[in-house]
Amino acid sequence: MATQQERVDPFSGRARPSAQARVWKGTMNFLVRKPLGAFGALIILLMVFMALAAPWISGDPNKWHITDAMYGPSLKYWLGTNDLGQDMWAMIVRGARVSLYVGFLAVALGSCSGGVIGLVSAYYGGKVDMTIQRIMDALMSIPTLILALAIMAALGQSLNNVVLAIGIVQIPRANRIVRSQALSVKESEFALAARSIGAGDMRIMLYHILPQCMAPWLIIASAALGTAIISEASLSFLGMGVPPTVPTWGGMLSTRGREFFIDNPWMAIWPGVAISLAVYGFNLFGDALRDVLDPRLRGL
Amino acid sequence: MTEYILRRLLLGVLTAFLVSILVFTLLRIAPGDVVDAILGGEGEVYSDEVREALREQLGLNRPLPVQYVTFMRDFVTLQWGESLRNNTEIWPQIQKKLPITLELSIMTLLISVVMGIPIGTLMALYRDSWIDYLLRVFSLAGLSIPNFWTATMIILGGAFFLNWSPRLEYVSPFEDPRANFVMFFWPALAAGWVGQATQARMMRSTMLEVLRQDYIRTAHAKGLQYYVVVYRHALKNALLPVITIIGITVALILGGTVIIETIFQLPGLSRYLVQSLQNWDYTVVQTVVLFLSIWIVLSNLVVDLAYGWLDPRIRYD
Repeated sequence: MATQQERVDPFSGRARPSAQARVWKGTMNFLVRKPLGAFGALIILLMVFMALAAPWISGDPNKWHITDAMYGPSLKYWLGTNDLGQDMWAMIVRGARVSLYVGFLAVALGSCSGGVIGLVSAYYGGKVDMTIQRIMDALMSIPTLILALAIMAALGQSLNNVVLAIGIVQIPRANRIVRSQALSVKESEFALAARSIGAGDMRIMLYHILPQCMAPWLIIASAALGTAIISEASLSFLGMGVPPTVPTWGGMLSTRGREFFIDNPWMAIWPGVAISLAVYGFNLFGDALRDVLDPRLRGL
Repeated sequence: MTEYILRRLLLGVLTAFLVSILVFTLLRIAPGDVVDAILGGEGEVYSDEVREALREQLGLNRPLPVQYVTFMRDFVTLQWGESLRNNTEIWPQIQKKLPITLELSIMTLLISVVMGIPIGTLMALYRDSWIDYLLRVFSLAGLSIPNFWTATMIILGGAFFLNWSPRLEYVSPFEDPRANFVMFFWPALAAGWVGQATQARMMRSTMLEVLRQDYIRTAHAKGLQYYVVVYRHALKNALLPVITIIGITVALILGGTVIIETIFQLPGLSRYLVQSLQNWDYTVVQTVVLFLSIWIVLSNLVVDLAYGWLDPRIRYD
């Protein structure tokens, strides 16, 4: 355990603020300097709340109120009902669960493995790098949505397969960004110094190179969240995503939404608003995060 | 230079080879096959003998390596064969559908450049003012609003306010240029709004970087007018990195056409691909995906060469 005395700044001699205070100060600073980013974070928090509290804030999305079908927004059905009389508010709230689940898991899977692949590829170089990068080139030369569709066709439709498909599609980007950063960090003096005192490959990669690659990786990962949500919606929209029995935003816009949207435009409007707001939140937040983390842009 | 192009082309061949293996494998591990699509799923009226006979007729019961070698041989010799599903020749289909996807992609690219570059420039010039914020909100919205929703809203708006709906049959630009333009404009707008965002974002940051350079200060100091400094001195240099982004956008746009063609019922290559994928039409899917990936590899090469042509500091070796 660190004692109070160890927290003195060695240069100024003043006491360093506690970790909690620093996080708090950093957050407040972010809120003031990046109002748009803070707004994005607020949208994300609201969405997370909606997804977690779904059973308490809405009814059963799969119940058909046939007699109340095709209603516009009302007090009873906040966002109206679709052609089968399903409560659209309940469907939107449940859709948030799918979008967040797929978004976070796919990005965790894709960006993490992409990052690790990029790190290893840059560190070992030579044939390892050559082989890995050619595979990445191949993945990148197929349009992402088409690749995701092909993977879905191969694996079959299920929620976790959607995560896998979207995750795989995101690997090359994270790989590329971490690799290029790692390539330059690898040559730096502190990496060399670590090697000269006998540090092993794993130690150099994890403790010396990886931390230097975190900022660009975080930027890519935060941008990937929005893309992942859109990809999930696109797959559902094309009928190749999560099975149609699960309410998703993309699915709501798909067959039914498109068949009846002239008669009841709300069926096409709400799911689109939900997707756009969610992705917008992630993009605003990611953009602000990039401004803060990217040292080249800092202070601009 | 020639050596560089040759090396890139060789790498491109390698990439295409890997893509072919990837797609071939993905399609073969898929549950179900084209026989199910033609005859109906398990437990339908057709007996197993009929299914087997059809598999043999389509060449699906041969060993996988043999199937792969046949596919590659046919692809390289441009004998692209026919669809498993309905016996139509693939090459004439591609010839018919490629111009549609090409026209859509080019218009999308144009719209995204025409929107993205001025927006990015303005955002940089008026950094942190309300103009910057307003444009950023608009530009980021393009990245956030899914293109299929924009497209749906365009159709909805057209139907409600203008009594307009997209044409269902394709019009060639040689028959009726105006109808053709209208037919492609709205889909391209829905897709271009997405592409614009990345370019505007890149433009903003490179422009900000260029505006801090010494030569810009010098240009101001020698009394040049503001817009001369911006257009003549800053814009040209700031545009360079954006060109690489345009290269990446080609892949993005091709992916976007999948959805846009489906919504606007344009009989292009991407729609053909999705329909074939849903029917397990192996031959069509692997051929078209390989074709598209070669297209992307080549356009990336062209962009990289253009980059060197525009920026003489870059040397290929």
